[in-house]
Amino acid sequence: MADLRSDFIGIKSPNPFWLASAPPTDKEYNVRRAFQAGWGGVVWKTLGSEGPPVVNVNGPRYGVIHGNDRRVLGLNNIELITDRPLEVNLREIKQVKRDYPDRALVISLMVPCDEDSWRRILSQIEDTGADGVELNFGCPHGMSERGMGSAVGQVPDYIEMVTRWVKQYSRMPCIVKLTPNITDICKPAEAARRGGADAVSLINTINSITSVDLDLFAPQPTIDGKGAHGGYCGPAVKPIALSMVSEIARGADTRGLPISGIGGITTWRDAAEFMALGAGNVQVCTAAMTYGFKVVQDMISGLRDYLDSHEMGLPDLIGRAVPNVTDWRYLNLNYVTKAVIDQDACIKCGRCYAACEDTSHQAIAMKPGRIFEVIEEECVACNLCVDVCPVEDCITMRELEPGELDRRTGIRRADYANWTTHPNNPMAKAAE
Amino acid sequence: MSQARLSPGIVPGRLAPEDLALNFRDIAPPLTAHEAQVAADRCYFCHDAPCITACPTAIDIPLFIRQIATGTPDAAAMTIFHANILGGMCARVCPTENLCEGACVRMEAEGRPVEIGALQRHATDGLMARPGHPFRRGAPTGRRIAVVGAGPAGLSCAHRLAAKGHEVVIFEARDKPGGLNEYGIASYKTVDGFAQAEIEWLLGIGGITIETGKALGRDLTLEGLTADYDAVFLAIGLGATNALRTGDEGIGNVGDAVDFIAELRQAADLAGLAVGRDVVVIGGGMTAIDAAVQSKLLGAENVTMVYRRGQDRMTASRHEQDHASASGVRIIHNAAPVAIHGDGAVAEVEFCYTEDSPEGLVMTDQRFRLKADQLFRAIGQRLDEAPGSPALEGGKIAVTGPGRTSLDKVWAGGDCAAGGDDLTVTAVAQGRDAAEDIHLSLSP
Ligand SMILES: Cc1cc2nc3c(=O)[nH]c(=O)nc-3n(C[C@H](O)[C@H](O)[C@H](O)COP(=O)(O)OP(=O)(O)OC[C@H]3O[C@@H](n4cnc5c(N)ncnc54)[C@H](O)[C@@H]3O)c2cc1C
Ligand SMILES: Cc1cc2nc3c(=O)[nH]c(=O)nc-3n(C[C@H](O)[C@H](O)[C@H](O)COP(=O)(O)O)c2cc1C
Ligand code: SF4
Ligand code: SF4
Ligand code: SF4
Repeated sequence: MADLRSDFIGIKSPNPFWLASAPPTDKEYNVRRAFQAGWGGVVWKTLGSEGPPVVNVNGPRYGVIHGNDRRVLGLNNIELITDRPLEVNLREIKQVKRDYPDRALVISLMVPCDEDSWRRILSQIEDTGADGVELNFGCPHGMSERGMGSAVGQVPDYIEMVTRWVKQYSRMPCIVKLTPNITDICKPAEAARRGGADAVSLINTINSITSVDLDLFAPQPTIDGKGAHGGYCGPAVKPIALSMVSEIARGADTRGLPISGIGGITTWRDAAEFMALGAGNVQVCTAAMTYGFKVVQDMISGLRDYLDSHEMGLPDLIGRAVPNVTDWRYLNLNYVTKAVIDQDACIKCGRCYAACEDTSHQAIAMKPGRIFEVIEEECVACNLCVDVCPVEDCITMRELEPGELDRRTGIRRADYANWTTHPNNPMAKAAE
Repeated sequence: MSQARLSPGIVPGRLAPEDLALNFRDIAPPLTAHEAQVAADRCYFCHDAPCITACPTAIDIPLFIRQIATGTPDAAAMTIFHANILGGMCARVCPTENLCEGACVRMEAEGRPVEIGALQRHATDGLMARPGHPFRRGAPTGRRIAVVGAGPAGLSCAHRLAAKGHEVVIFEARDKPGGLNEYGIASYKTVDGFAQAEIEWLLGIGGITIETGKALGRDLTLEGLTADYDAVFLAIGLGATNALRTGDEGIGNVGDAVDFIAELRQAADLAGLAVGRDVVVIGGGMTAIDAAVQSKLLGAENVTMVYRRGQDRMTASRHEQDHASASGVRIIHNAAPVAIHGDGAVAEVEFCYTEDSPEGLVMTDQRFRLKADQLFRAIGQRLDEAPGSPALEGGKIAVTGPGRTSLDKVWAGGDCAAGGDDLTVTAVAQGRDAAEDIHLSLSP
């Protein structure tokens, strides 16, 4: 059976599934129950400086995007960092770590952007026994208005500066948590690396307004008739997070920097995808907030089954898809596929037809008796039909054999060739 | 246990009032808002959806379900009513497993269709509960149209004509309008006086008058109507019933299922309604099922439905048959009545087993008898006789296109007209289409 034990920048945990810094890791009671449920580690809810704790709104904190059956697809929040006193958090962290020495316990931090504040907090957490720190440069609401969170994460120079202080005043492994609210995710990752970060974690939440109350004319969640943008997370953000993780994994100046993958991870499959794109471990928030701590059990059994069936160990998975992430210009333009409809599986809903006929290439024929057939002469292989078909694997894409005629273009399938050498490309180099 | 429960003969009050109330409660209670949301989420919004094709009134089902899913059930109801003004009744009585739901692609996918009928009821109930009526009468045209029969066909035709601005008078032979909605449909499908409430709501459009107690052929003539009105729509249903070949006239406690059902539908107190201890129903259609099931629900101890052909030939849907079986009705196939025994009143019915053969039904020499103190005939209804003699086809009024009869200015639709199944929804479709055709013919 696959060994799921994980070693992330020297922090050991029985599996690579950590809870992200958020309400699930807000206090001792939660974290103990999370560990009992099987989570490999937690990043404690972000701590601030000592003194009066931050205050949260007392109205609703969340907005939501639902799919069918009110399935939570996206969650938006306007919560701040921990609103509990620093001493209480520190005491609890120490007690939990003492009782769960085999689990990873990382402390998330966010204090004002000056050297003193950082030196002070680092000395205060020194004897908790925690395994590392995560710098929250990502929170996009509230704290950012006070010059913290994403206000730091959006300025690479600040990231580098703070990371340097942290490495100077603490011996703990340091993870820098990145905000996705920037244009090029490699820039803050490079800054973190320059400052001496041991790893980056991403993504934190995305600036968002999930919905507008059409009677109050205010964003939701609505606090006394007004709303502010919040941070978006949950399954809907996974594609954005995956892309950003892959950019760092293959970036010229970021390659090799350990990554803790976060963003919309709900099942073992999501986790495996993050790891294949280079994440050394993963962190989860919304899935736990939606279904409770027990979701980790499916993540563990699922990842184990997957690794076993592929005869892989965890290290074999990490980064395995990175070499296959490339730029568009290197994609093989001579790779030709055609949609094929499995008539036995087809339930005759006609969605493929509507999609192709109305919005694509008129490559599906609707015949008497609601028989839907692909017209190979028209099919450009966009696979929109595959995506809209309600029956899994009912429509598949068949790859043309080498030399086989593409009935749309009248050209036989040729060997690999990409845009860089394509005759229509004014910048094309002559093919070697 | 009430005293009368096992009394022989035809007696009232076999069950206690609370048991009767329980037995005759709404068979398919309305969906809650949550259930409706979950059910609506299952619709795939099919292209050129097969469910629409399967609905005789061609309601845009994916559209109305999407309107429910997006939180606008009133808009959904309007989508339904534009195609089918009796969408409320149809939602309750349509044999959906043979119609829209039977064609739903989810049947193919997982054998469980989108609950179209229940969703239709969800939407229509909501809008009908609001004050007023959502359609407006068109600007008066000065044209007057006579509709004969206030069943679903007549009502649907009248509403569409009123929407076009015509003035409509409905002549109805009975004391109450509604046709079989009021006198026929099983009572647990349309509880709480829904049939009359729906008619009152429908009349909210204005421009329609109903004259009850006026029968064509008795109080009115077709010649008179065609002379007085710009057009006539015949929607008189099927008034007469078929008789048994055994010769059942004059034998006590033998009657028509439709009469028993009508009496049941009109009963102010079900505890006062008499029913036999051993009831036999002959027939294989919806009427036979309804008579059998409701006899059982009234407290009959043994109810047997006997159909002369095989199960696959029964016109009652599989769902209806299962409902009868689940209610405790025994269904015997391939047996035909040959004699009724009894002294003055029925005591036993004698049957002969039959076999379906290429030459038709053949009697075998196997016979059996069923104990019966009440016998119902449910072997089909037919047209009384077409007043004013339009041409007939297969015993019904012959029509071409949207209900045109052989007579000038006379249209027909619903059960009395040839073509289409004898269903409420088909009657609604035919009434609506005839109205459009009448309107066209009257337009300059
Ligand atoms: C017991 C039973 C159960 C049924 N259950 C269902 C069901 O569950 N689902 C379903 O879809 N269908 C069902 N049906 C069929 C459905 O009720 C009919 O198909 C439908 O009512 C036909 O409508 P209609 O308007 O043509 O006729 P009807 O509903 O029969 O209406 C005809 C009207 O015309 C009146 N009339 C008749 N003669 C004259 C005259 N000479 N002058 C003036 N008025 C006259 C009658 O009094 C009646 O009001 C059932 C039928 C029966 C008998
Ligand atoms: C209510 C809420 C509060 C959060 N608070 C913090 C926080 O204090 N510190 C932090 O670094 N991230 C915080 N996050 C972000 C999560 O840690 C995580 O990065 C984000 O939710 C994406 O992961 P997910 O899609 O699994 O939820 C918070 C998220 C939510 C929903
Ligand atoms: S979308 Fe899929 S199931 Fe629907 S008609 Fe097309 S191939 Fe068949
Ligand atoms: S009217 Fe009847 S057949 Fe038509 S959609 Fe409604 S329930 Fe189905
Ligand atoms: S066939 Fe079923 S899934 Fe398709 S539109 Fe109709 S109700 Fe929806």
